[in-house]
Amino acid sequence: MKSLDFQQDFFRLFEIPPRFAIDNAALDQRYRDLQSQVHPDKFSHLSESEQRLSMQWSTRINEGYQTLRSPLARGRYLLSLQGVDTQEETNTAMPLDFLMQQMEWREALQDAIEAKDMDALDVLSDNNRKETAMLQQQLGAQLDESHDHLAAAGSVRKLRFLEKLAEEISSAYDELDP
Amino acid sequence: MALLQISEPGLSAAPHQHRLAVGIDLGTTNSLVATVRNGISVVLNDEAGSALLPSVVRYFEDGGVQVGITAQAQQSVDPQNTIVSVKRFMGRGLKDVGEVIDLPYRFVDSPGMVQLRTVAGIKSPVEVSAEILNVLRDRAERSLGGELVGAVITVPAYFDDAQRQATKDAAKLAGLNVLRLLNEPTAAAIAYGLDNASEGVYAVYDLGGGTFDVSILRLSKGVFEVLATNGDSALGGDDFDQRIYCWILEKAGLSQLDAKDTRLLLTHSRAAKEQLTDHVQTQITAVLSGGELVDVTLTRDDFYAMTQNLLARTLQPTRKALRDAKLSVEEVKGVVMVGGSTRMPQVQRAVAELFKQTPLTNLDPDKVVALGAAIQANVLAGNRSADDWLLLDVIPLSLGIETMGGLSEKVIPRNSTIPSARAQEFTTFKDGQTAMSIHVVQGERELVSDCRSLAKFELRGIPAMVAGSARIRVTFQVDADGLLSVTAREMNSGVESSVTVKPSYGLSEGEITRMLQDGNQHARDDMQARALRELQTEAAQLLEAVDNALQLDGEALLDAESQLRIRNSMEALRGVVSGSDNSAIKRAVEALNQATVIFAQARMDRSVSTALKGHNLSELEG
Repeated sequence: MKSLDFQQDFFRLFEIPPRFAIDNAALDQRYRDLQSQVHPDKFSHLSESEQRLSMQWSTRINEGYQTLRSPLARGRYLLSLQGVDTQEETNTAMPLDFLMQQMEWREALQDAIEAKDMDALDVLSDNNRKETAMLQQQLGAQLDESHDHLAAAGSVRKLRFLEKLAEEISSAYDELDP
Repeated sequence: MALLQISEPGLSAAPHQHRLAVGIDLGTTNSLVATVRNGISVVLNDEAGSALLPSVVRYFEDGGVQVGITAQAQQSVDPQNTIVSVKRFMGRGLKDVGEVIDLPYRFVDSPGMVQLRTVAGIKSPVEVSAEILNVLRDRAERSLGGELVGAVITVPAYFDDAQRQATKDAAKLAGLNVLRLLNEPTAAAIAYGLDNASEGVYAVYDLGGGTFDVSILRLSKGVFEVLATNGDSALGGDDFDQRIYCWILEKAGLSQLDAKDTRLLLTHSRAAKEQLTDHVQTQITAVLSGGELVDVTLTRDDFYAMTQNLLARTLQPTRKALRDAKLSVEEVKGVVMVGGSTRMPQVQRAVAELFKQTPLTNLDPDKVVALGAAIQANVLAGNRSADDWLLLDVIPLSLGIETMGGLSEKVIPRNSTIPSARAQEFTTFKDGQTAMSIHVVQGERELVSDCRSLAKFELRGIPAMVAGSARIRVTFQVDADGLLSVTAREMNSGVESSVTVKPSYGLSEGEITRMLQDGNQHARDDMQARALRELQTEAAQLLEAVDNALQLDGEALLDAESQLRIRNSMEALRGVVSGSDNSAIKRAVEALNQATVIFAQARMDRSVSTALKGHNLSELEG
């Protein structure tokens, strides 16, 4: 049997097919099985080298799980395996209608914060969630069916925008919480 | 070569010795120690039959130390030398310690952590905590009849890196081998979860004497997965006492009390708070040192009104934890109450209202954390197969780095499952810049000045380049105790610098050694002898671990030569282990650790493959 490679990709590590559409339940189960074998709690009475290795493996499995569990991170990761850089920091060219909608939503967020309007936050959060789900579906089709990497990278960039907005909405909730 | 002990395959060399391990709840108000005896987790009592050790330490001029109930009884007599609630000062600077004015101590500001001036000299909160742990260790060793292999020490889930490190230092100072720092709500969940074989999402609401935590966990098929945690590491029952104390001052028209009267009224305040759990009103009567009589009546309604905003400060983090876990109140199957302060009726009512269900209180809220910690200690010490369950915990606060403009760039976000690592690349700001200062911070706020500063270190020797062309990769690694270490590396040249995040607040190894050697280790065993015994215990454990591993996997994973090399190192260690040469034992332990690196690697690979068994391995070969 081949020794397991620390560098092997996360799909191989979790033994799931390298696709955007994945079986979350299978991923969860595999994650637990793997952690049950390597977690530092299983090695605390063993030698120093085993403890160190266990921490490295457990860390790696956590990283892989986070990457594959999040649709955005998974999409980005699939593209990186294909050698495609999603240019999320550098490429700011976005379709105009998408940008317009983002600006509207950001204004709505500011208004909701100033008016301390929790209901408005709920609406915004809901819209953002729906748009995110729609884009994720699109990204799935681009990655798994049409194999259009450029379009997929564009979807990843859009999803990153939406994720940032979701983070801002979340801190707005924290701020408005009595 | 000496003869090796050979036993039947699959059997261990000696009948498995039960390794003595304990769980310790180092609380703000009370501390406890528990252990697993005949498969059941039990709290160990002192000789007088009490389980709770008041976390109170009194120092005497001759260097003597009193811990627990006797010290507590004298706190109004000798307030400046009798330290209560020291947990609030762990890993905290003077400016962090709120409401200092109303505490009867002589604080000494010092870099990183505040210190306290006593008749026995200046004491760090780490030393004070070590005194408490020391009493518990003695209690456990006496009650169990032997040296402890190690202890699981619990910490509030919301403790930051500085507070965790301080706790670990205190345990080391008390001569304890820390098997793990375990979050208090998680410990409580173990005690509850294993008792009730529960499945589903649970919230743990833990209001102690000085800290508040809330954790949201998912329990399924023996996996305890913390989804989110939140809290306030400076909020607890003590604050409720303070509110009553301030009310008394106002009501009785008092101001500027001396240390003794302050402590006296604080003690009365706590008693009044406890009274109001079962009564609708209580009388507070005290005679101050100047002869003035304080005699006031406090009603439950007034008490609720004056502490309402404290309660609100627990509900906000609770809602936040639910949002972080992306769950609604309806999805929470049960709420576990932990900590003595959850006995207050207004707390139970508010929690019930928020979660729309009656919280669980069937385990003693004062003991549940220690009981859970003992169960985990038993597993970590290797007494039972750890296959039974798995704990997946998180870090409570984001870890980041200061970037230009005093902003914090988050490297590991809060609620990341530990152990966790993340690398991020940074670059130089000026042409020809050859050094970079790395400032590690913890907290959610954007401005570095609003976050906790954990450490500053420098990466030097960066080759002079145009601004923006150096590539400095900073790697954060958080271990299973939630403790951080940081490495920085310039990618073009390979220049490297690393730090275990400690210097700017914690104690260096040297300082701990000095404290251990200091005369203030009153009436304690000869430290040298103790260190030797610990080393021998560690060596014996290592020998046993390697021996077991060899018997199980030696033939399958190693060739004859590698096996021989390991056996030789084991023999070398066996040859020195019962002697008294500390450094010879250390060297032999180190050599054996070195000799088993490849073996450990092979075993780990096999473990990972085992987890994937039943799947087509040829898929992996690809």
